[in-house]
Amino acid sequence: MHTLLLALAASTALIGTAGAATVFPLDRATILAGSPFDFKVEFDGSVKAEDVKIAVNGADYKAALGGDVEFIASEKGKDDAALGSAVLLRGVKIDKAGAYTVEVSAGDEKKSVTWDVYATPEAPKAKNIIFLLGDGLSVAHRTAARLMAKGMTEGKANGRLAMDDLDHMAFIGTSATNAINTDSANTMSAYMTGHKTAINALGVYADRTPPTQDDPRVETIAEALRRTTKKSIGLVVTSEVEDATPAAVVAHTRKRDDKADIVGMLYDVKPEVVLGGGSAYFLSKDVPGSKRKDDKDYIKLFQEAGYKLATDKAELATAAGSDKLLGLFHTGNMDYALDRMQLKKGSVEKFPNQPGLVEMTKVALDNLSKNPEGFFLMVEASCIDKASHPLDMERAVFDTIEFDQTVALAREFQAKNPDTLIVVTGDHTHGVSIVGIIDDTIGKEGREKFQVGSNAGFPTYTDENKDGYPDKIDAGRRLAMFVSNYPDHYETFNPKLDGPFEPAVKNEKGEYVANDKYKDVPGAIFVEGNLPKDESTGTHTVDDVVLQAAGPGADEFKGYMEESDVYKVLADTLALGVKQ
Amino acid sequence: MAQIAAVSRRTFLAGLAALSCVGAAEAGDRLTLDELYGKVSVLGLAFSDKVKALDGKTVSMRGFMAPPLKAEATFFVLTEIPMALCPFCSSDADWPSNIVVVYIDEKTTFVPPSRLIEVTGMLEVGSWTDPETGFVSLLRLVHSSFETV
Repeated sequence: MHTLLLALAASTALIGTAGAATVFPLDRATILAGSPFDFKVEFDGSVKAEDVKIAVNGADYKAALGGDVEFIASEKGKDDAALGSAVLLRGVKIDKAGAYTVEVSAGDEKKSVTWDVYATPEAPKAKNIIFLLGDGLSVAHRTAARLMAKGMTEGKANGRLAMDDLDHMAFIGTSATNAINTDSANTMSAYMTGHKTAINALGVYADRTPPTQDDPRVETIAEALRRTTKKSIGLVVTSEVEDATPAAVVAHTRKRDDKADIVGMLYDVKPEVVLGGGSAYFLSKDVPGSKRKDDKDYIKLFQEAGYKLATDKAELATAAGSDKLLGLFHTGNMDYALDRMQLKKGSVEKFPNQPGLVEMTKVALDNLSKNPEGFFLMVEASCIDKASHPLDMERAVFDTIEFDQTVALAREFQAKNPDTLIVVTGDHTHGVSIVGIIDDTIGKEGREKFQVGSNAGFPTYTDENKDGYPDKIDAGRRLAMFVSNYPDHYETFNPKLDGPFEPAVKNEKGEYVANDKYKDVPGAIFVEGNLPKDESTGTHTVDDVVLQAAGPGADEFKGYMEESDVYKVLADTLALGVKQ
Repeated sequence: MAQIAAVSRRTFLAGLAALSCVGAAEAGDRLTLDELYGKVSVLGLAFSDKVKALDGKTVSMRGFMAPPLKAEATFFVLTEIPMALCPFCSSDADWPSNIVVVYIDEKTTFVPPSRLIEVTGMLEVGSWTDPETGFVSLLRLVHSSFETV
């Protein structure tokens, strides 16, 4: 047996990936020159400190990494299980661009990784970046937004989306380090740090130990901006401001659900403008509605740090001129655009005066553009994703139209401020697709009113008030849009006018079963899920995202790019490799 | 982490003591999940006068049983509509604000989430952190029993 194991070790050594040691940053990591990151090696077994050898480009590591590693004899897992030895060095910085091959060995364990440390141009190409992200934005969302908002005659669109005129584009690969699948944490973290990571992780590589905030860190764009520039930073979202996407701009945690701590991380970085939902995580635990477990009152802390607070549309308008602005318009995620603007369902009755994404972005741009040094603004249409999960296509598309109107606003700003790069993208996709038309005008129910091929014809949405949104979401002939993956549910072939769709509910066995609420809708059919029964809603898909951009720096977007490669374009554009 | 609560042994005993005073058979005042808050705002919610008046009293509430967090749990969350946990992400479980944590005396068969139930228990108002799970709750029904409606 012993001989067999040795032989096995020898044979794996031959193919160059000997041993089971894991090195963070991972092989093929791309690292902004001068940006701090944590270096960690996890050995599969117990090794002796004196046996650990680390070389960088063939020389002793201390010169390249700038310090001595800390040796951890035995890392502990769940229930104190021994996970193996490790070495750790926090806050490493490599200033000189180039390929860095890191070779680690201890006893039988060996690992070699190569990092690409990249520099940026000396001079910035643009002063400002507006990074607009449609959460879950997929091709069908765009097509549906164009068809609904602009219409179509004889096969040609009657108008163009603002997104349609961005002149550079790339296909973006969104997979996580631990799966082809993906979520809003690892995807936005790749955009905002230049490092891919594991599902649910933000600003860290996911290590093996249970604590969620000790994982090896990488620098976020907000930290890089603070380190190298005097630019202002803005976050505008329709989710909770501590949700994964905005969190990725500032946070370091293995677990996106550490929302109470993420509020603290937001506070540490202090973006000049923070607008969205999620006040529950700002309130001390004694306040009904709070989701904190401590006595910290972050509303008060932000106010003491000079922030003007806005809690509704009117307060946002009056707070618009202040230097620092915290706008929290909902205890949780803000309502869908369709509910806010037309149906007044969801929680609109409780929070009737929520501003929209366009209004919030306008205030953010007015505020941030006062800084002569420029700004980085991240805007997220969060609810495209949040509606796509529960298969609520009309809400997802309405939020996409709102997103596009925000892109239009950004383009107007860019027309007056041409030293601005605009990036418009999604973080991951949903399995959404437009298949035809649901036709209420032919006197049929359910699937029989679903028309495809020549029978489909064109939708009949109207926009009498010229606000860019369809006047009625339940037009007589409307888009038939479906999702590729789903739990058990009832398909009603109708928009959900009574409130957001909740396709499945959990039963006593922990399985998601079709929500009976929709069973008796005329024409509703039972659709057996194709996802495992523990999945509550449609999931993210693995398809590429389409990124579009315009302005200085945009020409670097082309072909296929990893999501982490996008960060290099942002860093190049603002010359983040150089202290400004 | 969602702010819901298990109920500790201490609270359980307190509930028991209180209940023995009022008599277990006594039917409670009615309270609906719509009546929990007098004010809903970004800066926090405020319990309604009715909730404050019923603190420490036996009340009956109707709603749906959210799936128990653990098979062995002796508590559950009462919600206004049947809930799909974690609709938006892979591991989160954010609860709406109009819920009540219900502690039951004995382990029992949980009912399907689409079944309307009526719970009777002692209403307990005030911040309390469960020492075992770390859950924080501001509103609980303790020493409760329930039946399907």
